[in-house]
Amino acid sequence: MGGAAIELNQVEKKYGALAALGGVSLSVTTGEFTALVGGSGSGKTTLLKTINRLVVPDAGTVHVLGQDVAAAEPYRLRRQIGYVFQEIGLFPHLTVAENIAVTPKLLGWDAKRISARVANLLGLVDLPLEVAGRPPAALSGGQRQRVGVARALAAEPKLMLMDEPFGALDPLTRDALGTDYRALHERLGLTTVMVTHDMAEAVLLADRVVVLRDGAIVADGKPAELLASATDEGVRALLEAPKRQAERLRTRLAGEGAP
Amino acid sequence: MNERLAAAFHLLPEYLGWHVLLSFAALGLGVVISLPLAVAASRSARLRWPVLAAAGLIQTIPSLALLALFYPLLLALSTLSKAAFGLGFSALGFLPSLLALTLYSMLPILRNAAAGILGVDAAIREAADGVGMTSRQKLFQVELPLAAPVIMAGVRTAAVWTIGAATLSTPVGQTSLGNYIFAGLQTENWVYVLFGCAASAGLALVADQLLGLVESGARRRSLPRVLAGALGLAAAVAVAVAPLGLAVARPAAYVVGAKNFSEQYILAALMGDRLEAAGARVSRKEDLGSAVAYRALAAGELDAYVDYSGTLWTNVLNRKDNPGRAEVLKQLTAELKRRDGVLVLGSLGFENAYAFVMRPDRAAALRIATIADLAREASKLKLGSDLEFLSRPEWKAVQGAYDLNFKSQRSYQPTFMYRALAGGDADVISAFSSDGRIAADKLVVLSDPKAAIPPYDAVVLISPKRVGDKRLLGALQPLIGAIPVEAMRAANLSVDRDQQKASPAEAAKSLETTLPR
Repeated sequence: MGGAAIELNQVEKKYGALAALGGVSLSVTTGEFTALVGGSGSGKTTLLKTINRLVVPDAGTVHVLGQDVAAAEPYRLRRQIGYVFQEIGLFPHLTVAENIAVTPKLLGWDAKRISARVANLLGLVDLPLEVAGRPPAALSGGQRQRVGVARALAAEPKLMLMDEPFGALDPLTRDALGTDYRALHERLGLTTVMVTHDMAEAVLLADRVVVLRDGAIVADGKPAELLASATDEGVRALLEAPKRQAERLRTRLAGEGAP
Repeated sequence: MNERLAAAFHLLPEYLGWHVLLSFAALGLGVVISLPLAVAASRSARLRWPVLAAAGLIQTIPSLALLALFYPLLLALSTLSKAAFGLGFSALGFLPSLLALTLYSMLPILRNAAAGILGVDAAIREAADGVGMTSRQKLFQVELPLAAPVIMAGVRTAAVWTIGAATLSTPVGQTSLGNYIFAGLQTENWVYVLFGCAASAGLALVADQLLGLVESGARRRSLPRVLAGALGLAAAVAVAVAPLGLAVARPAAYVVGAKNFSEQYILAALMGDRLEAAGARVSRKEDLGSAVAYRALAAGELDAYVDYSGTLWTNVLNRKDNPGRAEVLKQLTAELKRRDGVLVLGSLGFENAYAFVMRPDRAAALRIATIADLAREASKLKLGSDLEFLSRPEWKAVQGAYDLNFKSQRSYQPTFMYRALAGGDADVISAFSSDGRIAADKLVVLSDPKAAIPPYDAVVLISPKRVGDKRLLGALQPLIGAIPVEAMRAANLSVDRDQQKASPAEAAKSLETTLPR
């Protein structure tokens, strides 16, 4: 762990009369895996997108890797940040390899370096080399999101932003991909911010859980501390639900008690 | 039959070449203008509506009218540019056709391109932003490639429309496959009409198939398919346009004009033949509207054509009086020279006047011999006219002089006007006195006791820039006073009759033999 990779200071964003973010401040340490948790409309996605400037805040400042994001060209900033989202957004007219190579190509890498990088990434996300020449449409949903992760990692970013990355996948694939990604996060020394509405996923993968409601942070801490420290009713409910579910699962699977 | 087909084939390289050059130039220009507009429209919702609405509005203008409107517009622009920079340009022919067809081609391209770009999945746009593409990179690497099949479908539609509409450029003086259709309709040469339709439809089919190949290539992301279509198209255009290149390489030509009826075709052919016999190269601009023809001559885009004294008297000089045949010709010659520098070389020796004509049985039954008699019975009668007559000052003059009020009035192509009279759809028609069908059908020409209709001597007009051209004047001078009305009627009839039809060129050759030596 090092200094701050991301510094948000009093960030505000309004959509019409509706305040999506009401003066949020947040600091993310280098190497940290942070989960932003909240219901729909809590502002978690908006907050994430202010970091790579897909959303421009109305007020407040955002610093990423030491630079003010408002000062740089957005596309230069984004080439340094990996971005993965639920709809994946693979380019259907490009092959898997071409999809992964997009950002390195934009950065002007030479062809040899790119093809080596693509082969390396396919291994990292556990995809067979032969998918490289296929169109995305020929892949399963889980494979596609693995390509999405590989594309985000292609230009060797230090920072990864993930918006409900595994939300649309079946539970098995979701679990496998989550675990695999957490391992990559360690191995590559990444800083990761992940948006999810699923507290269980957050607790399972993240070092730190930040809970948002109505555009404000209502809880922030390590998963273990959170349950103890949280005073907010809603946050407690959010934390206890997966815990209760896990206990019930355990009893049911052991053949004891009523549902 | 076979002769007519052979004649049609003989003209095909020139007509097809122009048609292809015109349609593809318009289509290319349409694509070049529409794509950036579509991109802008897809970026800004505020721009989208007006752009698509304007293109849609243009599409609702009948294509013939759109072509017709560009002529006066360009003529005004040319006059302005001549005044401002001393440099005019031809307002007739290629330019107005190109501009009108370009506008016409834009809607399907614009609409499809805007829809294609807007139709790109929001997640894919977000990904393009997320991976760090600039707006330009997003457009060229993601949006346009993904919209390409839809854009190509629009280009295909535009190509078919443009090729079809290009047949309508004939009346503004641009040679196209429409020449077969307009000339064929006029002289009842159905072989020509069908040939023109078939050639235009065939061309549209070929273009559609080749563009379809490009489209399916874009859809399947198959470069060989796209290349095959594009190369096929390029080769087809090159082959079709090649004969024009050969023609252009030859020395400058005299341009002889003709309006849109048989007599005009014959006289244009006659003048053309005489010029060619004198060693000049001649091109013809046929099927011109009356007003277009005179203005084109005054502007130097035509070198010579035949018009009629009464037409010029009323329509160009806006005169309503009728001082008599000789006086009209004298004043006309002086006025046109003074006003526009146009030379009236002289009268060919016959008149082609507007005349009210009836079937003899109807005229006898109603006891009509003069226009005054006609006025008495008019409220029970149906008038058939050509396409121009009812909007011309001559009609207003006659109507005013005799207080003519018909039960109904309908306009026909001249050919169909005679059919309407024969079939009883019209009781009286506005015919031309030199028309061979009057004598052949033994029709009754009503006299004009109040001299409301001016005289219509057929006169040869020479453009201002050819006034001192000895070769031109030498070739055309022998025609002055040399064509009696009987000779012209016989020539007209040979083209207009149903059996043993002659082409205007053949009629011109036999008319030449009747000229005094």
